[in-house]
Amino acid sequence: MNKLNNKPLDFEKSVYQIEEKIQELKNLGAESGFDLEDQIKTLIIQAEEFKKQLYSSLTPSQRLLIARHPQRPSFLNYVEMIATDWTELHGDRAGTDDRAIIGGIAQIEGQSVMLIGTQKGKTTKENIEYNFGMPQPEGYRKALRLFYHADRFRLPIITLIDTPGAYPGIKAEETGQGTAIAVNLREMAKLETPLISIILGEGCSGGALGLAVANRVYMLEHSLYTVISPEGCASILWRSADMANTAAEALKITSEDLFRLNIIDGIIKEPLGGAHYNWEITANNLKEQVLSAIKELSGMSGQTLKKDRYEKFRKMGVFLEN
Amino acid sequence: MSLKDWFEKRKKKQLDPALVESKISGDDLSKLWEKCYNCNAQLPKKDLEKSMYVCPKCDYHFRIGARTRIAQLLDPNSFNETDINILPGDPLEFMDTKCYLSRQKEARAKTHLNDAVITGTGKIEGWEVAVAVMDFAYMGGSMGSVVGEKVTRIIEEGIKRKIPIIAITSSGGARMQESCLSLMQMAKTSCAVARANEERILYITLLTEPTFGGVTASFGTLGDVIIAEQGARIGFAGRRVIEQTIRQKLPADFQTAEYLLKYGQVDMVCKREELRKTLEKILRIHASVLKA
Ligand SMILES: [Zn+2]
Repeated sequence: MNKLNNKPLDFEKSVYQIEEKIQELKNLGAESGFDLEDQIKTLIIQAEEFKKQLYSSLTPSQRLLIARHPQRPSFLNYVEMIATDWTELHGDRAGTDDRAIIGGIAQIEGQSVMLIGTQKGKTTKENIEYNFGMPQPEGYRKALRLFYHADRFRLPIITLIDTPGAYPGIKAEETGQGTAIAVNLREMAKLETPLISIILGEGCSGGALGLAVANRVYMLEHSLYTVISPEGCASILWRSADMANTAAEALKITSEDLFRLNIIDGIIKEPLGGAHYNWEITANNLKEQVLSAIKELSGMSGQTLKKDRYEKFRKMGVFLEN
Repeated sequence: MSLKDWFEKRKKKQLDPALVESKISGDDLSKLWEKCYNCNAQLPKKDLEKSMYVCPKCDYHFRIGARTRIAQLLDPNSFNETDINILPGDPLEFMDTKCYLSRQKEARAKTHLNDAVITGTGKIEGWEVAVAVMDFAYMGGSMGSVVGEKVTRIIEEGIKRKIPIIAITSSGGARMQESCLSLMQMAKTSCAVARANEERILYITLLTEPTFGGVTASFGTLGDVIIAEQGARIGFAGRRVIEQTIRQKLPADFQTAEYLLKYGQVDMVCKREELRKTLEKILRIHASVLKA
């Protein structure tokens, strides 16, 4: 992935300017024969410092842009980078193959797994095919069928999540969007195989949780996990979608926030600036986390795994009691 | 400040026991007349109470509070409320146009409830049940940590005592002021239902006006039997969100109990006056099997 193909995000423009300057100096040096090595080196060090500072002090709304970056790797990109022998398993066996949720069997470093994820596209055509990563009830039911398959053969389940939410539509309501998600939450609690979930980009509301009642839940550093999209929250609580940035801050949606709230088990590092700058490094970090989680969980019996999952979610919530 | 420190600090502030103490009704009793939202008929409050808050002129089912619901459904004086001392916190120090703490205070003053659900055990025609009843008047019946915890505890209580569990919902969805913590209540309550399933404990849900979002997508629609009260609107996404997404007008009866019945999403639609009888019948039919 070449970062020069990326359009800079607004707050990244100065980074691109410095890098252009460095390139100019290099060109000038080559053309004129002047020794500009020292100046170039200094500038590179300055650029690195600047980037470090910029990316370590991003606001939640800037991170929203990274989480939704069009060049951020998708579920299928990760599958390609971390797994071998990927074999997609289609359909809900009741009339539909929802493309927003994709699942299949594969191996990661020789470990057999069930991989299930929400898929976003990079082009308009792809986005239409995958419905912008917004599943219909049939997508959750396909996932459920694959959960049962994995349970039967004791395949660890890895779910990779990047969705703005379950699709709000007429047919989705008629075929039971709420019920489909609810049933997944309940049935995930019953599985006797390890379940590991990773939020890749956007983890919005029940649409994300519908794949994430897992023994271990991780977030990529710049992903977000929230009860409602900041835009949705802003339009309800502030009655203005323009307040989305304020809502993003109030909702505490960053990986650090969720780790502090004990909702996730860990944060997977991304390269400086975000996963879109280096897919391979990100995929490798993700793979390492998946493998170590499988190792940690594979010694547990089915009953222990269930208990582990129950107790994990049982503890969640903050309230006062006299 | 760590979450734990914060929690300790908040715990020390004792709340006014008068507010904490449960009162009989969250309904506004000051007015003697009530206007029907549907047919505009002016109805004497006394008559309305007798008709279970159903308009005698047009059959419109008024939204009722949790206390009223309990009084209508359970045997007189059979209700033993549980977990009355759980109160909401403010873990995110959430502030929109108002701060979360003052929203809590207002809701408590308005409803005399500590949060949007009442739980306990009681009897329906002698059948022992564990019940959770939501109240829309408390912050739109939204599910935060308190609702999730109380619902989970009453499900666990039903499992422990081997008695059927009934959840009566009325909710706009998850409580945004608790963000992801409220999202996790969907997982927590659904995990509890999973245990009820495995222990073969009957779990009935009664969906009442309105039931949306996080409650629909968790314990609300997980009933072994799902009853929708007549006239209730039930759905995952709100009407406005769907209209904005698909840019077309929705049918008038969209997301009504009757509409859901037509699409196979609920087992039955029930008038308010028939709810108690219906619940008793379902409890009785299952009881012979469960006792065996
Ligand atoms: Zn009327």
